[in-house]
Amino acid sequence: MVPLSWYLALAAALFCVGLYGVLARKNAVAILMSIELMLNAVNINLVAFWHYLTPQVPSGQMFTIIVLTVAAAEAAVGLALIISIYRRRSTVVAEEIDLMKW
Amino acid sequence: MTAAQVIFLITAVLTLGAGVYVVAARNLVHAALALIAAFFGVAVLFVLLQAGFLAAVQVVLYIGAIAILIIFAIMLTRRVMEDTGPQTNRQWWLAGIIALVLFGAIVFSLRLVPALQGVTAAAQPIPTDTIEKLGFAFVDPNQYLLPFELASVLLLVALIGSIVISADRK
Repeated sequence: MVPLSWYLALAAALFCVGLYGVLARKNAVAILMSIELMLNAVNINLVAFWHYLTPQVPSGQMFTIIVLTVAAAEAAVGLALIISIYRRRSTVVAEEIDLMKW
Repeated sequence: MTAAQVIFLITAVLTLGAGVYVVAARNLVHAALALIAAFFGVAVLFVLLQAGFLAAVQVVLYIGAIAILIIFAIMLTRRVMEDTGPQTNRQWWLAGIIALVLFGAIVFSLRLVPALQGVTAAAQPIPTDTIEKLGFAFVDPNQYLLPFELASVLLLVALIGSIVISADRK
């Protein structure tokens, strides 16, 4: 069988790749894609813990479903924001969206 | 090395490779396609973890809905940012260092938790009626009825919010 630590290490790696994308990418859509990667990494962790430690209780899968729901809501609102900003300011570069910068 | 380990390693390499391509690709459409590959890799991992329902939900929701939404957004906002010039900001090296340090810290702290050492098989056999339990837990007031209703409200708010935000006001 696959050790639990392998799943946790893979999830950590995927999360850190996503974190790099969030911090380094310029394009707002790319930042949103990186956030989706991070959420997926968290889901791997939750399901792995459910499988190895508490398979009798459905709470691990429950958390994953809630994360999926929040990810769907976040993607819808985030992309609507990006498209709205693009329509008004003709840019999707995160650095140029500085209306609230002091 | 068992078959499950081989499948896990192949899936892990594919998922991580797709993830790296998502954050590194110059062409955003290619990045979105790599993102679909990463989602699919995660679905395979769910199958390996015997969470078949979640694997199906992963394919339907992430690949079927979120990835398509992202591709739409890329196509609607494409001409501003051509695939020329740097796709990363000036602090990309700092972001790389932060990500590497966090990864090192997580892997190091995994080795410190004694309860995680040597867990190679499920503590108890995986029940075959997981989906049934999940369904009952969602509507049981003593379990997850409140989160379920909150999720419904959240989705409704997100639906209305995204319509209001992206509506074309003249």
